[in-house]
Amino acid sequence: MSLAPAAQLQHTPGERGLSRILWFLRDVLVLTRRSLIHVIRDPAQLADVTIQPIMFVVLFTFVFGSAIRLPGGGNYHEYVVAGIFGITMAGAAPGVAVGLANDIQSGIIDRFRSLPMSRGAVLAGRLTADLMTAVLGLIVVVAVGVAVGWRVHTNPQDVLAGFALALLFNYAMSWAGAAAGLWLHNPESAQAMAFVVFFPMIFVSNAFVALQNMPIWLRVVAEWNPVSTVTASCRELFGNPNPSAAVQVWPLQHPELATIICALALLAVFVPISIRLYRREDLT
Amino acid sequence: MGEHEPILVEGLVKVYGKTRAVDGLDLVVAKGSVVAVLGPNGAGKTTLIRILATLAKPTGGRAMVAGYDVASHPAQVRRNIGIAGQSESIDEYLTGRQNLVMVGELSRLPRSEAKLRAATLLGRFELNDAADRPTKTYSGGMRRKLDLAASMITQPEVLFLDEPTTGLDPRARMGMWQLIRELGDAGTTILLTTQYLDEADQLAHNIAVVDSGKVIAWGSPDQLKTQVGGAVLEVTLPATADTEVAAALLRGAISKSVTVDQRRHKLTLPTTEETGLVTKVIRALDAGDIPVDDVTVRRPALDDVFMTLTGHGAETDKEAAA
Repeated sequence: MSLAPAAQLQHTPGERGLSRILWFLRDVLVLTRRSLIHVIRDPAQLADVTIQPIMFVVLFTFVFGSAIRLPGGGNYHEYVVAGIFGITMAGAAPGVAVGLANDIQSGIIDRFRSLPMSRGAVLAGRLTADLMTAVLGLIVVVAVGVAVGWRVHTNPQDVLAGFALALLFNYAMSWAGAAAGLWLHNPESAQAMAFVVFFPMIFVSNAFVALQNMPIWLRVVAEWNPVSTVTASCRELFGNPNPSAAVQVWPLQHPELATIICALALLAVFVPISIRLYRREDLT
Repeated sequence: MGEHEPILVEGLVKVYGKTRAVDGLDLVVAKGSVVAVLGPNGAGKTTLIRILATLAKPTGGRAMVAGYDVASHPAQVRRNIGIAGQSESIDEYLTGRQNLVMVGELSRLPRSEAKLRAATLLGRFELNDAADRPTKTYSGGMRRKLDLAASMITQPEVLFLDEPTTGLDPRARMGMWQLIRELGDAGTTILLTTQYLDEADQLAHNIAVVDSGKVIAWGSPDQLKTQVGGAVLEVTLPATADTEVAAALLRGAISKSVTVDQRRHKLTLPTTEETGLVTKVIRALDAGDIPVDDVTVRRPALDDVFMTLTGHGAETDKEAAA
């Protein structure tokens, strides 16, 4: 081989339309593959869609479950699995935030930005890989759920709709995580922030306990928490016990619609913010 | 594509807050040449490279790379450049080969060609044995070589190297020099920054000395050295010898301007056009029964150049702006 410079790469002026989209998709594919290699090399990254939901299911069915009575009765094992769906999907955000912060610190983002690649592909690639790990999380929760006696009592379309809603929520939360990672660009801060936002979000919800017993001020937060609406949607669509249906607030009376609106709102806010933060010159 | 200078910089300015990191910098780099931008920390070297590589936007002035304006046509610029920074831009979880193939594909090479180029570069940069290990396990020198290989994946017309040997051990540094020389010999236009004076001397056809965001001197290494003065002859005597007696002897026989370094037992005298100076010195000392340990002709180092031009040494560490 020679180390001589090649003739100048073909000049493609004003590349637009279809070819631009195809290049974008190819870049996303390359970067999705990169993120999946990360997961294979460092399986600990999968803990929040594997070990964590298994832990929660075991903890809440066998440890706390026997002490929890649902308002209006109902099997707690059947109740809690949809809650684990909800929190596992919300759990995507911290992972994305820490991953992007790591990328910025490692200098790889500088490399990407000096290449003639699509600008949005770095974020899209990571989020696509993240959606794939969310699907894995879904499978894990279904498997453990079935093992502890969780069953669905509706038709397959409803069950699939439940899964789809959960994934949509996951995707929207990932963009929020992306914005946080790009804003903080420090893995430790991203981790800390994730803890501060994420923990209240999953516990101040109907994921593990019914809202009826909470003090009023906390209850209002929990009623409007999207983790509650996505959980309530899943319970409704799976035919599991759903005491939230008795709570007379709009998001819990229309949990599917509330989840969709919330997801779209998150996307409308955090997609442009993330892209703007990514393009910021002093990002690295 | 018409004729163009690979790098053309006119009155470039970059302001960060109140700091003028680059402050009216001019620079022209001819096709196929290797130019070193030499200066202390905070002189604006990294900012210059980041602007030329489209990673930062200029505040004022103009910079053209490969015939395109970096501010208005960044995409075209990116297609014709490679950059290796002082912190390696490589993915720790991926293997060396996966890193190169990824960068190749993102540079729009077909996957098969990216693989082919990656294999060739891994061989060329002597990374074959480690090619399929995650780069986490690489040494500093290997990481730097891989980073350089990544920047060469499309055989770009212009290559930017930001302090390519900072932090490397001497052996890795030599290896990096060898690679850069070969890339330069093969016709790639290279702009590198360095704070090592010997590095600029070793690698570059031309040196731009920068200080406070401006080019304060430009020329070949030899031209810059001539600015400071000619070579000197250094004579080292054994510890037992009397340096003052020896100096007096040489002042009488050869030149009035002999300087003495008592502590290191050294005499220094300027070289002149006349030949046979070394022989004369040794004969004179021998006749006075003064033994000689060592005689060397020392050309002024670029450190001396920097001292003459800026009034402060090159090591002066002003807080980096970027």
